[in-house]
Amino acid sequence: MTATVTTPGFSTPRVFELRPVTVIARKVVREASRDRWFWLYCAGFAVLAGAITMTAVPDQNLIGSGGFGRTAASLVALVQLVVPLMALTLGARYLAGERDSGTLVFLLCHPVSRTEVLVGTYVGLAASMFAAVSTGFGAAGLFSALRSAPTDPVLLIRLAALSWLLSLAMLGLGLLISSTVKSASTALGMALFVWLAVVFLGDLGVMGTVVATRLPVGALFATVIINPVEAFRLASVVALDGSLDALGPAGTYAVDRFGDGIATIAVGVMVAWTVISGAVAVLAFRSGDQT
Amino acid sequence: MIRVEHLSKAYRRKVVVDDLSFSVEGGEAVALWGPNGAGKTTVIRCLLGLVGYEGLIEVGGVDARTHSKVTRGLIGYVPQELGFYGDLTVAETLALSSDLRGLPRTRIGEVIEAVSLEAEAGKRVSELSGGMRQRLGMAVALLPDPPVLLLDEPTSSLDVTARRRMVSLLDSLRGPERVLVITSHRVEEVGMLVDRVLALEAGHLVHECPPGELAGRLNLESWLHVVLPSEQTVTALAHLAAAGFDAHENGHGVLVGVSPEDKVSALGCLREGDFQIMDFEVWR
Repeated sequence: MTATVTTPGFSTPRVFELRPVTVIARKVVREASRDRWFWLYCAGFAVLAGAITMTAVPDQNLIGSGGFGRTAASLVALVQLVVPLMALTLGARYLAGERDSGTLVFLLCHPVSRTEVLVGTYVGLAASMFAAVSTGFGAAGLFSALRSAPTDPVLLIRLAALSWLLSLAMLGLGLLISSTVKSASTALGMALFVWLAVVFLGDLGVMGTVVATRLPVGALFATVIINPVEAFRLASVVALDGSLDALGPAGTYAVDRFGDGIATIAVGVMVAWTVISGAVAVLAFRSGDQT
Repeated sequence: MIRVEHLSKAYRRKVVVDDLSFSVEGGEAVALWGPNGAGKTTVIRCLLGLVGYEGLIEVGGVDARTHSKVTRGLIGYVPQELGFYGDLTVAETLALSSDLRGLPRTRIGEVIEAVSLEAEAGKRVSELSGGMRQRLGMAVALLPDPPVLLLDEPTSSLDVTARRRMVSLLDSLRGPERVLVITSHRVEEVGMLVDRVLALEAGHLVHECPPGELAGRLNLESWLHVVLPSEQTVTALAHLAAAGFDAHENGHGVLVGVSPEDKVSALGCLREGDFQIMDFEVWR
C-alpha cells in the first residue's frame, strides 16, 4: 500500500483540462504570427485572391450567383491548391519542429497531458488558419468592392467557411504526420507528398483506376468524394449554384443519387477527416517516446 | 518520495536501463553517476513520463505511469539540453511555465531573483549565454517550489565561475522536505552536492554508496599536478619515483598518478624532500 504525498499548493489535476489547452493555443497563435512562412502564405493567398477578383470577367451565363460566379469559381480553384498546402505544412512542421528544438520537452515536463498539448496546438493552428483564410477572402471582397464589381457577400462567407473546414481536415493530417516522425524536415517532405496526392495524384489515380478497372459509377463517386479536396470542390460547386454535371459522370451520378444532400455529404467527409485524423494524431502522440 | 522498482527501458532493441531499483527519501540529495550512455538521462525521462518503460515508478506515492500529470506537478526539471522558445523573454518564459502549471504569476520575480537573472528579465532567451540559460532552466524548475528537483547534468555546459555559482545555488536548495536527484559524470561535483551516489554502468546499478567512497569503489585514478620551481622538477621526479609514485614532468611542475587516498601522501613526500610546492590541483 502506498500513501499519497500531500504537498501544500499541489492539487490533483483532471485528466483533461481546458486551461492548458488555451495556454498552448495562445502560444501557437503568437508563434504563427511571428512565422515568416505563415505570413508568406497569407500574403500569397491574399494577393492571388485579389488578383483573381481584379481580373475576372463577370459572366452570369457561366455559373450562378449574379455575375460573381466566375470570380468565386476561380477562388475555389485557388483554395484547392493553396489552403491544403498551407495547412498541411503548418501542421506537419509544428510538433516535429518543437521536437527538433527541444521545446516539446519543455512543454511535456509540465503537468500537462499529451492530449492537452496536441489539442491546444490544433486549436491554435486552426485559429491561425481562420485568420489566413479570412485574409484571403477579405482581400477578394475588398478588391471586388473597389472595382464596383458584382459581389455576393453571403457566398463569399460560405466559401470562406468551406475553405476553413478544408484547412481543419488538412491540419489534422499535418499533425498526424508531425506526431509520428522525428524531424521537421521529414515531416515537411511527407506533407508535400500528401499535398501532391490529394491535389493532383488523386485525380490522376481515379482516372487511371477507372480506365484499368472499369469502376462502376457509384464506386467512382465514392473514390472521388473520399478525397477531402474533392469534397470541398463538390460542396463549393453546390454553394455556387453550379451544375455538378460539369464534374463528369461522378457528378451526374451524385446529382441523381443524392440530390441536394450532396453538399451535406461533402461537408460530412471534411468533418470526418478532421475528427479521424485528429483522433489518430492524439493516439500516435500519446503512445510514442517524446525526447 | 521516489520509488523505482525493476525499471527497464529499451530503445528499439537496445537495452538502456536494465532492472534498476532504488528509492529516495524526503530531504535526500542523490546522484545518478555514470559515464555517457550509462542510462542516467533515460532514468530521468522515465521519472517524467516522457518515455514508456517497464517496471514501477512512484513519486510521492503516485504511480508515474498512470498519473504522470500528477507526478509532473511534483517535479521541477532542469534538462541537460535546454529547449526554450528563443523569441520569448526570460519573464515571458516563466509566465508561460506558470500558466501551464496553473500558478499565479506572483512567484516569477522571486525565482528570477533566486537565480540572479534580474538584469536579464526583459531579454529574449536567444540573447542569453549558456550559463544564463542554465539559470533560466533552474528558475523554471523552481517556479512551483516543487518537492522533487531533477537536474540532468546541471553544470555540464558551464564555465568554472558559472559552475561554482550553480553548485552553490544547488546546495542552497537542499531542505528537509525536498528531494534532489542529480545526474553527473563528475566525481568531485557529486561529492559536493549529494548524500548518496547511485553509480550506473550500461543501465545497471553497480554501486550505491556515500559520495566519499565512490572514487575508491570505482578504483578511479587521479592525477595530481604540482607546480614547482623549474630547477627542482628533475630532482622531484627522482624523489617521487624512489617513493614508488608514477610521476612525469608537465609544464611548470610534475604530474603524479595517485589513487584517491594517495593525494596527500604524494604532497607529503615532496614536503619531506624540501621541495617548494607553489601550487597544486587534482585532475581526473
